[in-house]
Amino acid sequence: MQDSNIKNPIIEFVDVSFSYEAEDDGTQKVLDKINLSIKPGEFICILGHNGSGKSTLAKLTNAIYVPQKGRVVVDGKDTADENLVNDIRQTVGMVFQNPDNQIVATIVEDDVAFGPENLGVAPEEIRQRVDKALKDVGMYDYRHHEPHKLSGGQKQRIAIAGILAMQTKCMVLDEPTAMLDPVGRAEVFETVMRLNKDFGITVIFITHFMEEAVKAERVLVMDDGKIVQDGSPREVFSDVQKIKSVGLDVPQASELCYRLRKAGIDLPPGMLDEEECANAIIKAAEDIS
Amino acid sequence: MIRDITIGRYFPGNSLLHRLDPRMKTLVVFAMIIMLFLCKNFYSLGLMALVIFILSLISKVPLKMLLKSLKPLIFIVIFTAVLNIFYTQGGQELFKFWIFKVSDKGIYTAVFMATRIILLVTVSSLLTYTTTPTSLTDALEKLMSPLKVFKIEVHTIAMMMTLALRFIPTLIEEIDRIMNAQKARGADWESGSLISRAKALIPILVPLFISSFRRAYELAFAMECRCYTGGQGRTRMKQMKMRFPDFSTAAFALLLFSAIILLNLNFVGVI
Ligand SMILES: Nc1ncnc2c1ncn2[C@@H]1O[C@H](COP(=O)(O)OP(=O)(O)OP(=O)(O)O)[C@@H](O)[C@H]1O
Ligand SMILES: [Mg+2]
Repeated sequence: MQDSNIKNPIIEFVDVSFSYEAEDDGTQKVLDKINLSIKPGEFICILGHNGSGKSTLAKLTNAIYVPQKGRVVVDGKDTADENLVNDIRQTVGMVFQNPDNQIVATIVEDDVAFGPENLGVAPEEIRQRVDKALKDVGMYDYRHHEPHKLSGGQKQRIAIAGILAMQTKCMVLDEPTAMLDPVGRAEVFETVMRLNKDFGITVIFITHFMEEAVKAERVLVMDDGKIVQDGSPREVFSDVQKIKSVGLDVPQASELCYRLRKAGIDLPPGMLDEEECANAIIKAAEDIS
Repeated sequence: MIRDITIGRYFPGNSLLHRLDPRMKTLVVFAMIIMLFLCKNFYSLGLMALVIFILSLISKVPLKMLLKSLKPLIFIVIFTAVLNIFYTQGGQELFKFWIFKVSDKGIYTAVFMATRIILLVTVSSLLTYTTTPTSLTDALEKLMSPLKVFKIEVHTIAMMMTLALRFIPTLIEEIDRIMNAQKARGADWESGSLISRAKALIPILVPLFISSFRRAYELAFAMECRCYTGGQGRTRMKQMKMRFPDFSTAAFALLLFSAIILLNLNFVGVI
């Protein structure tokens, strides 16, 4: 990951402010002077309580909204330039929370083909892209099925395949796991992780689930339109007080270590999963005895 | 009950009917619907019934599925039949009660009409069962494309149909869920006067409307994100191509049409 420091950012927010009521300045800003730079290949999770501006931030990355102040630059292109909108949407694909409201066609493979068809890709190439995308998300066997008969996790993987077939460099997923059961959730998250590892697709994953956030490379925490934390999961979750002050929970392991440390037991900060935590506690116990 | 609606359902398969060009299939089915209306006696109607029966065998769509598509229409079929039994004048009187007279001609017309409706439904469901909604709307888009001369937005209409077909099952599920939720709160559609029953539908329709608008809004976003900007410059993954079987089907349809006309002339000397 060292050379990624040299690479140009794939998405860059420069002093971005945004509010839904365009005209008067008295209204509260949904996003307030956001500065953010995302490098190619990163896996980022965004956390934040309801209404903190996560979805708005996501929608600014592919020119659904354009900031009133500041600039959003995607792969060197300013989202405010209307001529570049299609280029930008070919760079950043979006997956939304409700799988039912983003599937367009009545047959799985037809839906995956929708994006490339809009781009005017030649029929034979669409076929290849669709087959590959469906294999990449593990839904190839379902290509002739009707989406409404699939499970939520499967539907989301179809939506992801639809983005893959457009060959975007970056994928923004707005709470794609929020409406799923634990099995579907794991299915979707693991698929996205794999695509990030295997193909170097940049991922921005908005979620409410801490167990997903701890697996990211970088975690952003939003509060009232600002990014209040930005760092590796270990850094972010070691500041338990800060996370709680913005109305979020920390992973259970971090919480336990935090309480034990407050009770005077010497544990290192920023424990992320149960195993790490258990080992640290055993070590601490041995040190005491 | 509401889940019985089968409009636009597709039955996956690889039969001859599945493989026909959707444009030809649509045209032929349309022609067959016209033929059904042209039928004047049981000979021509019988021939149509035979052809449609053979077609459904070829399609390998299970009989159960075909019957299911008839289920919501049973009421209309019975209603038409009953109306025809009593309404038809003339013929030989078979029996009579109160002010109703039942004649052989009445029974004849009733059976004829009922068969016709059943055949109409079966042949159109054969089309939707063997054609994916995407190919069906693609075909309609192509077939309607001459209308572009009159500045009709053919692509938009086809896209609207695609989305309507796509959302029928979703909305049906939604109605089901809302009804169950209202039932749990003590709603009752089965009893009371017609007006109070109609009133009881309001708590179903309002949430359905609201959620449909939300869905439409989100869907529009999702489509924009996937670079949808209308029909211009769009390609299709599945290209349509007329082949030998398609032309044979056309020839067959012409043959059938002539046969219907001949049988209608009644030269065999029936009723
Ligand atoms: N279309 C809109 N018009 C007006 N205000 C909006 C609109 N969408 C969101 N908002 C407001 O903007 C603020 C931020 O909303 P946003 O959807 O970005 O939050 P979020 O972090 O995604 O929340 P959630 O966790 O609930 O998805 C909220 O106060 C919300 O009420
Ligand atoms: Mg949101």
